[in-house]
Amino acid sequence: MIELRDVVKEYQTGAVSFKALKGVSLLIGRSEHIAIVGPSGSGKSTLMNLIGCLDVPSSGEYLLEGEAVGKMKANQLADIRNQKIGFVFQAFNLLPYATAFENVEVPLLFARTPAKLRKKRILELLARVGLADKANNKPTEMSGGEMQRVAIARALANEPEIILADEPTGNLDTASGGQIIRLFDELCAAGKTIIIITHDLNIARRAPRVVRIKDGLIESDECNNVTEAVPVEAQARQA
Amino acid sequence: MNAGIIYNVFVRDFRKQKKRITLTLVALGWGTISIMLLLAFGEGLQRQLTINGRGLGQDIAILWGGQTTIPFKGLGKGRRIPLRKEDVSYLEGRVAGLKHIGGEYHRWGVEVRNGDTVVSEHINGIPPNYEFMRSHIPQRGGRMINELDMQNKRRVAFLGYNLKQRVFGDTDPVGKQILLNGMPFTVVGVEIKKMQMNSYSGQDQDKCSIPATTFEAVFGDPYLDNIVYQPENVDEMKTVEKGIYEAMGAKYKFDPTDERALGIWDVAESSRQFNNVILGIKLFLGIVGGLTLLIAGVGVANIMYVSIKERTREIGIKMAVGARRSYILAQFLIEALIITFFGGFGGMAISYIMTEAFKRVPIQSDVLDFMGRPTVSLEIGVVVVSILGIMGLASGFFPALKAASVNPVESLRYE
Repeated sequence: MIELRDVVKEYQTGAVSFKALKGVSLLIGRSEHIAIVGPSGSGKSTLMNLIGCLDVPSSGEYLLEGEAVGKMKANQLADIRNQKIGFVFQAFNLLPYATAFENVEVPLLFARTPAKLRKKRILELLARVGLADKANNKPTEMSGGEMQRVAIARALANEPEIILADEPTGNLDTASGGQIIRLFDELCAAGKTIIIITHDLNIARRAPRVVRIKDGLIESDECNNVTEAVPVEAQARQA
Repeated sequence: MNAGIIYNVFVRDFRKQKKRITLTLVALGWGTISIMLLLAFGEGLQRQLTINGRGLGQDIAILWGGQTTIPFKGLGKGRRIPLRKEDVSYLEGRVAGLKHIGGEYHRWGVEVRNGDTVVSEHINGIPPNYEFMRSHIPQRGGRMINELDMQNKRRVAFLGYNLKQRVFGDTDPVGKQILLNGMPFTVVGVEIKKMQMNSYSGQDQDKCSIPATTFEAVFGDPYLDNIVYQPENVDEMKTVEKGIYEAMGAKYKFDPTDERALGIWDVAESSRQFNNVILGIKLFLGIVGGLTLLIAGVGVANIMYVSIKERTREIGIKMAVGARRSYILAQFLIEALIITFFGGFGGMAISYIMTEAFKRVPIQSDVLDFMGRPTVSLEIGVVVVSILGIMGLASGFFPALKAASVNPVESLRYE
């Protein structure tokens, strides 16, 4: 499904160039649940931006469902982000002036979903993340955990195959984080491909596959024992 | 590009950002109003000055008698050259290119009486063509002195507006009798209220005019005080002037190059110079207006620019969830256009209402007679709104273009 071949990403800041990724090759299959971990500055966010089609590689190849992303036009990339990928950010990135309902509506608007269908779909999604009663709340009227759940509802709006999450629990307390993790578990069970970038070893441990990145290179790519993740599960249930 | 998407996103966001949009609208509206009013004052002043400049008459020259300074054909210098009433018909026959010509008598300190109201004023004896040459335009319900008055030496009087107010107050004097030095005259008309930027024998509004022939009969002046003439074509003023020197020189035997033998005031020439003054004032107001426009433009640009900066993150979010670049740009463009339209034309409408309201305020003052009433001109309004609009549009569009051009990662990182 996702195939990276010797991908290099180089940033140019004035005269200085910086290689965030120095040749990464990675193969991610459909419905896989994968955690990408690594210290700050290791290149994991860059990797996520590339996988999420927010950016294109400097060299190397990125095939998404067999298609080379590097050769696509801006509009095609926009359509892929709209249809195939759902983003969950550490800082939530909700539109501050819009309600939960309207935030979830944005990707549906760009997908030209008819108004009636849109409304039904949004209410469904908000119910799914447990926020059916907060549809008309603005981000300022919600807790961090609630905002992140709105963001997840937005990510799911167009039924994308892939959910990309960048430190989704980074700004949350343990209890809210637990709810978010449980939601990801549900999505995983529903067959979505989930890629989570995280510092949180508890989250990383729950993923069947963990990729460690260091200095722009993959350090290790190994399978995980899922049963180790009991503490988080317990926390999530309590919440 | 899908109009439906753009419309949906736009309407939604527009409703949500009332504060920012109101601010931008107010800035644009205020800029428009201040410039429009400034230029409206300029326009009003210019119109009033132009009207006042024509108070004495348009494209005319005034001729006085003089004294010779050059000996001619055995005659010495220092001879007085007077103007006689025959000179008018003589010049009419001899000088080419004259449209109107007429001679005039003056007398100061004549008693003008209406019942118990007595004033001492300036009487002049004039021909009927002063209506055209010297803007002696009658108010409705009255008339100027005419040819029959001249032929029959009728005892009729044409009053200046101020004189009429002093002698008759607000009542209509037409058909009533006044006494000039005890002699009865019938008032046939009152001059319209007018301002005069220049004069050679006092303001017309203070004068009482009677037919020149009646003046001769009543007062017996031997010489005309001055002659006024108007050429067919104002560009031939100098040619006509030369013709007058030659004709008068032949009749009174003086050197036609002796400029002091006659006095000529080319009013058209001085009004041309005055036009330059008006042009200067307009230029000044134009520069002030232009600078104000620039400041207003910078204000609008600033608000648009700041709002884009604030919205860079928003652009990033929208792009991350699948907005195409064109959607973002279209949204910003439509927004800028709508703000420009409502702010600009709203400002124009308000300035128009303000100046119209000011025109209807019933205040009488000499200052206003000189300054005129502010007048909004549509052309200026359209220019002002276009310039502000283009500045607002450019300052909204280019940062949005930039924000939508970098990859969404950059915009999302923007704080």
